[in-house]
Amino acid sequence: MNPLNKLAAFKLDVLKEVGNIGAGNAATALSRLLDKPVDMNVPTVSLIPFEQVADKVGGFEQVVIAVFLRVEGDAPGNMFFIIDEDSAKRLLRNLLSMDVQDEGYSEMEYSALGEIGNILAGSYLSSLADFTHLYLSPTVPAIAVDMAGAILSYGLVHYGEMGDSALLIDTTFLEGQEELAGHFFLIPDPESFDKIFSALGVPNE
Amino acid sequence: MIQENVVKVGMADLKIAAGGAILKTTGLGSCVGLTLFDESTKVAGMIHVMLPSSEIAREASINIAKYADTSVPHLIELMRTEGAEPRRFVAKMAGGAQMFAFNTGSETMRIGPRNVEACKLMLQRFNIPLLSEDTGLNYGRTVEFNSMNGILTIRSVQQGVKEI
Repeated sequence: MNPLNKLAAFKLDVLKEVGNIGAGNAATALSRLLDKPVDMNVPTVSLIPFEQVADKVGGFEQVVIAVFLRVEGDAPGNMFFIIDEDSAKRLLRNLLSMDVQDEGYSEMEYSALGEIGNILAGSYLSSLADFTHLYLSPTVPAIAVDMAGAILSYGLVHYGEMGDSALLIDTTFLEGQEELAGHFFLIPDPESFDKIFSALGVPNE
Repeated sequence: MIQENVVKVGMADLKIAAGGAILKTTGLGSCVGLTLFDESTKVAGMIHVMLPSSEIAREASINIAKYADTSVPHLIELMRTEGAEPRRFVAKMAGGAQMFAFNTGSETMRIGPRNVEACKLMLQRFNIPLLSEDTGLNYGRTVEFNSMNGILTIRSVQQGVKEI
């Protein structure tokens, strides 16, 4: 059995707070970039069967834009910043005063989206590092526009070795009337949970 | 109306189909969709391979469909019990992409190519010829395998549709 199945409710609450702090800071960063208020939902923390992970962003074949970073350091893991195509285009129109075509992405647009993901993930991780006093270092972000299943399965490999589900900290954020919607997925490696809990003073049963 | 019977193969899953049913798996990234086919009995099988080898498994009861080394023998056996003859099996495969390019030498990041290598090794071990493949590169694929004619249809966001 996957040892994470046994996580006590209060430990899940601790992870929710981790998502809250991280994504809260990222939402603030996005709000500054856009100069508009950005709301976020209370994070959900759950052990999700692989088959259902992509459902959160519209299903296995849904085309999404994903910025992926590998978190290295004391508590390694994978991080995804995922938005749908409409949101990505709106984000680009808002941020870059340039003509954005409806179909496809130019080099410049790719690069801008990668940079946005980098800023947001960076603020997520640095607030998390401050909070836990863990050393967390993101790799250079990689960006892909592809099927959600193909993208997310890449972040699940570490879980594959020990079961058929993954623990995911998911935070959705929304930007007012424009309904820009995105997700932050933090998927700590299975071994990282003990480190996160002990860094936060959560007793080990 | 032609009723197409579609059998969905999930992630780390394997299924068999026969007589014209379609085997389908969606959103292959670093995972590999491997198909086996016996032309004369029209028995087909598909595996959605997630990891190369069960040696790295740390789960108490392993899901044999997940690993290349355990799923291939199992599928061969399943198809045999459906009346297929392993001597006639031919294989096709798709997937095993490197979804994100990183400069780290980490083996985990190379999981796509490793899945492809592991599948080929298993095919060699069981003397099953690999007729065609569409593997590697950096994009996701959805595949459908037709148990009537043995055609593997591959769809991707960037490259459209192709048949192998």
